Amino acid sequence: MRADIVIVGGGPAGLAAAIAAAKENRNLDVLILERDSELGGILNQCIHNGFGLHTFNEELTGPEYADRFEQQLDGLNIRYMLNTMVLNVASGSVTAVNSSEGVFNVECSAIVLCMGCRERPRGALNIPGLRPAGVFTAGTAQRLVNIEGYMPGKEVVILGSGDIGLIMARRMTLEGAKVKAVCELMPYSGGLKRNIVQCLDDFDIPLLLSHTVIDIKGKERVTSVVIAEVDESLKPIPGSEQEIPCDTLLLSCGLIPENELSRACDVKINPATNGPVVNESFETSIPGIFACGNVLHVHDLVDYVSEESARAGRSAARYVASSKPNSGSEIQIKTGNGVRYTVPSFVRVEGLDSDLTIRFRSGNVYKNLYIDVLIDGNQKIHRRKQIITPGEMEQVILKKDDLSDCTGEILVQITEG
Amino acid sequence: MNEQYDIIIIGAGVTGSAIARELSCFDCKVLVLEKDEDLCCGTSKANSGIVHAGYDAKPGTFKARMNLRGNQMMPSLCEELDIPFKQIGSLVVCTDESQRSGITELFERGISNGVPDMKILEADEVRELEPNISDDVVCALYAPTAGIICPFRLNIALAECANQNGVEFRFDCPVTSIESSASGFIVHSYDSVFECSVVVNCAGCHADEIHNMVSGNKLHITPRRGDYILLDRSCEGFVNHVIFPQPTKLGKGILVTPTVHGNILAGPTAIDNDSRDEAPLTSEGIAKVLEGTAKNVKGLPVKQVITGFSGLRAHEDGGEFILEEVSDCPGFFDCVGIESPGLTACPAIGEYMARLIADKLSLSLKAFWNSECKDIVKPFELSDEERSALISSHPEYGKIICRCETITEGEIIDAVKRPLGARSLDGVKRRTRAGMGRCQGGFCSPRVMEIISRELGVPLDTVTKNGGSSKILTGRTKDES
Ligand SMILES: Cc1cc2nc3c(=O)[nH]c(=O)nc-3n(C[C@H](O)[C@H](O)[C@H](O)COP(=O)(O)OP(=O)(O)OC[C@H]3O[C@@H](n4cnc5c(N)ncnc54)[C@H](O)[C@@H]3O)c2cc1C
Ligand SMILES: Cc1cc2nc3c(=O)[nH]c(=O)nc-3n(C[C@H](O)[C@H](O)[C@H](O)COP(=O)(O)OP(=O)(O)OC[C@H]3O[C@@H](n4cnc5c(N)ncnc54)[C@H](O)[C@@H]3O)c2cc1C
Repeated sequence: MRADIVIVGGGPAGLAAAIAAAKENRNLDVLILERDSELGGILNQCIHNGFGLHTFNEELTGPEYADRFEQQLDGLNIRYMLNTMVLNVASGSVTAVNSSEGVFNVECSAIVLCMGCRERPRGALNIPGLRPAGVFTAGTAQRLVNIEGYMPGKEVVILGSGDIGLIMARRMTLEGAKVKAVCELMPYSGGLKRNIVQCLDDFDIPLLLSHTVIDIKGKERVTSVVIAEVDESLKPIPGSEQEIPCDTLLLSCGLIPENELSRACDVKINPATNGPVVNESFETSIPGIFACGNVLHVHDLVDYVSEESARAGRSAARYVASSKPNSGSEIQIKTGNGVRYTVPSFVRVEGLDSDLTIRFRSGNVYKNLYIDVLIDGNQKIHRRKQIITPGEMEQVILKKDDLSDCTGEILVQITEG
Repeated sequence: MNEQYDIIIIGAGVTGSAIARELSCFDCKVLVLEKDEDLCCGTSKANSGIVHAGYDAKPGTFKARMNLRGNQMMPSLCEELDIPFKQIGSLVVCTDESQRSGITELFERGISNGVPDMKILEADEVRELEPNISDDVVCALYAPTAGIICPFRLNIALAECANQNGVEFRFDCPVTSIESSASGFIVHSYDSVFECSVVVNCAGCHADEIHNMVSGNKLHITPRRGDYILLDRSCEGFVNHVIFPQPTKLGKGILVTPTVHGNILAGPTAIDNDSRDEAPLTSEGIAKVLEGTAKNVKGLPVKQVITGFSGLRAHEDGGEFILEEVSDCPGFFDCVGIESPGLTACPAIGEYMARLIADKLSLSLKAFWNSECKDIVKPFELSDEERSALISSHPEYGKIICRCETITEGEIIDAVKRPLGARSLDGVKRRTRAGMGRCQGGFCSPRVMEIISRELGVPLDTVTKNGGSSKILTGRTKDES
C-alpha cells in the first residue's frame, strides 16, 4: 500500500492535520489510520459542551466538534481506515494491523503522529491499599457513562482535579451519584478555572487542595478510602486522616502522551512534556515525521489542538512536495524561571509562515507576574498577568520579522511582582 | 446421594493443580474444590515468578529436594504445557567485603543440594553481565539454572491439563467442614456435600485451618506479606538476570528481575499480615522495596512503575514444607507451609504426592493420558505472515482490544470459552495479559467486559473484577434505565 502522507490516529489532531495537508496540496494522497471504530478520538466520549469557542465561536459538544471536521473529509483526497492499529513507524513506512488486511505496510513520504494520550493509572500513582473493584480512571468512567450507559458507582471520591475528573464530578452528580470530595495533592488544581466553577462549585462538591488518598479499603468492592492532608513536601500529615465511605474512587491524576511508537522509532522526546521535540513546523528530530495534538503535549482546549495540527499537516504537505532538505540555522527556545516547557523547542526562521506561536505551561502558580520573552537577551515581550497556573496553557506570539536577525536563542520566563 | 469421588483436592493454586495433573494419569475420579471464582487466585498469582536454582534451603529438607527436582522438571514441563519460561540465571550479589564468606557458604550449600554449574564471579565479571549493578559489588554467586516463569500460565496450564484428562474443578466452593466416614471423608461446602477416600490439603494460607479440621496435631500458619512494584516494558534490559541480595534470617530479600513478558519486577518485602486473604499494599512496603533495590542496583527507573501488588506467604511455624499423610488421620494428605520456593517446587510436589496417594489407593495408570496442553494463540508471537493468515481465517485476531499489550479479541474470546475459562476481568487478565500493560486496563476493561458478557450470555452489569461482589458497574444511567 502507498500514501503520500500517513496520519497515525484520527482524533481531532489527526483530522485537522489531514484536512490541512490535503487542502495545502490537492495532489497528495492522505491516509488516516485509526484504531477505534470511529473517527473523533477522545471527543466521542465528551458529550458536555465547551468545545470550539475559539474555532467556531460556538459552544459545541465533543462529537459535534469532531463532526465539523469529519464533514470536511469528503471532497478532499483523504482516505481513512478504522479498527486499524498502527504497530510500527519508521521513516517512510508504517506497519498496521486490522481484521481485513491482516498485518500490512504503507509506504509513504511523510508521517504525522497524532496518537493522543492516556490516563495515568492507579499503579503509577502508588496508592496503597487493597485492589477491589470500584477504582477507575476518570476517562474510563466517562466512557462507561457516556458511551455504554452504565454507572460505575454511586458514592464517589475523586483523586486529582484534572479536567476529566472535574467534568466527571458533575456528570456523576447529574446521574444521581453522590460525589463526596475531590482531593488534589497540589495546593492548586490542575484543571481549568471554568471547570472548577461549573462542575464543582455549582454542585457544592468540596475541592480539598493539598489532600491525597492514603488507603483504599474493601476486599471485593471499594467500601471506603482514607484521605489525608499533605505538607509542603507532599507527605501525609499524621492526624489529618479522614475515612470517607464510598464505593468508587475515580482518578484524574494526569495524562501521558502515547509515545510508544515515537520512542520505538527513536524520535527525540522532551522529558518535560513526554512528547517529541519539535520545531516551528511540528517536525520531530526525524525528517518527515511530524507530531501534533496530545501526543505532542497535553492540551486543555481542543481548539489549540486543531490549530496546531493544521500547521503540522501543512508542513507535512510542503515537506512531501519540496525536494530540498531543510537547512538554515536553528534558534533554540529556552525555558527560564517558572516555565516548565515550550512547544516548539526550536525554530528555523525560513520554516515560518508569518508569526511564531510559542505555547508553554508554568511549573507553579504565580500571581501578579510578567511573561517575558527575550530574543538574544533583548526583551521583546513583557506582558502583565494576574495569575498563571500549571493547569492552563499559555501562549506568546512573535513576529517573523522579530526573529530575522536572531543568532542565538529565545528565552521565555516568568518574572514575579 | 452425595457426590462420590476417589480424591478431593482442596485449593486450585499451583500445588493443588500440579497434584491434580499428576493424578490425572491414574484411573481415579478427582475433584478440585476452590473457594475463589477461578484458578490462581491465592499466593500463586502474586509472587516473584522465579524458578529458583536451589542453593537456599538447608540440605536434606523437603524445601531443598523439591526445589532442585522442580527446577530440573521445569524446562520439559514448560515445553509440554506451553508456559513462558526463560532460564536466565540468577546472581546473589555481595556488596560488602566482610560478607564474602556468605557467598561461599551459599555456594557450598548449593553443591550439597546438587545445584549444577554455579560459579562465584568477581566484581568486574558481574559488571560485565549487569551494567546497572551497584558500584559496591564485591562478588556474586551465579547460578545459570535459575529462571523466570509466568506464574499464571503455570497454574492455569497445570489445571487445564488435569481437566482435559478428566479432573473436575468447582469454583466458589470453599470447604467449610470435613468429617471422617467409614469409607473416607465427607467434605462440606455450604450446602454441597462430597464423599471421597482421600483428601489432599493444598489450601495455601488456609491449609492449617483445613488440617486442624481433622487432626489433633495442630498446625499454625502466619501469612507473611510481600510487596512489589512492577515497571513498564520500556525498562526491558535494565537487568538481565535475577538479582538477589545476600539472604538473611528473614528470607531471600528484595530482588530485581526481568519478567518473562519484559517488565522489571522489584520486591518482595516480608511483613507479617493480619489477614490470610487480604494483602494490602502499603507505602512503607513500597519504600522498603525501593530502599532494598537501591542496595543492589543503581538508577532503577521508578518513574516507569505501572503497578504495585502484594502476595501472602503461607509460613508454617516449622519453616518447612509439610508433605505427608497426616499421622492421626489416614487418607488425609497435607501440603502445608508451601511458601517459597513453592512455585519452583510444584511439579516435584505434584509428582511426590501423587506417588504417595497412588500407593495408598493402589491406583493403576490410565491407558491414555495427554501430557500436553496449548496456550491461547498469541498473534503477536507469530511472524507477520502467520499472523495475517490467522487473521484472514479468524478476523477477531485482527481486532486489538488491549492496546498496551496488543491483545486481540480472538485471544479474549478463547480465554473465556476454553475449558476452565475466565469469568471475570482478572481471569481474562491472567490468561491473556489484557489490562496488564502501562494503562492498567483503563482503555480495554469496558471492552473486555462486553466480550465476557456476550460470550457467557450474562448481563454486562453482572461482570465482576474477580468474582463475589466485585461487580464493576452499579446499574444503568438515567437515560438507559
Ligand atoms: C475528558 C476530556 C474532556 C475534555 N474537555 C474539553 C473541553 O471541554 N473543551 C476543549 O476544548 N477540550 C477538551 N478536552 C481536550 C480535547 O478533547 C483533547 O485535547 C483532544 O481530543 C486531543 O486530540 P488528539 O487528536 O491529540 O487526541 P485524541 O482525541 O486522544 O485522539 C488520538 C487518536 O489516535 C488514535 N490512536 C492512538 N494510537 C494509535 C495507533 N497506534 N494506531 C491507530 N490509531 C491510534 C486513538 O484511537 C485516538 O482516536 C477534553 C479532553 C478530555 C480527555
Ligand atoms: C511474596 C512471595 C514471593 C514468592 N516468590 C516465589 C518465587 O519467586 N519462586 C517460587 O518458587 N516461589 C515463590 N513464592 C512461593 C509460591 O508463590 C507459593 O509457594 C505457591 O504459589 C503456593 O501455591 P499453593 O497452591 O500452595 O497456594 P495458593 O496459590 O495460595 O493456593 C491455595 C488455594 O487454596 C484455596 N483455598 C483456601 N482455603 C480453601 C477452602 N477452605 N476451600 C477451598 N479452597 C480453599 C485458595 O483460594 C487458593 O486458591 C513466593 C510467595 C510469595 C508470597
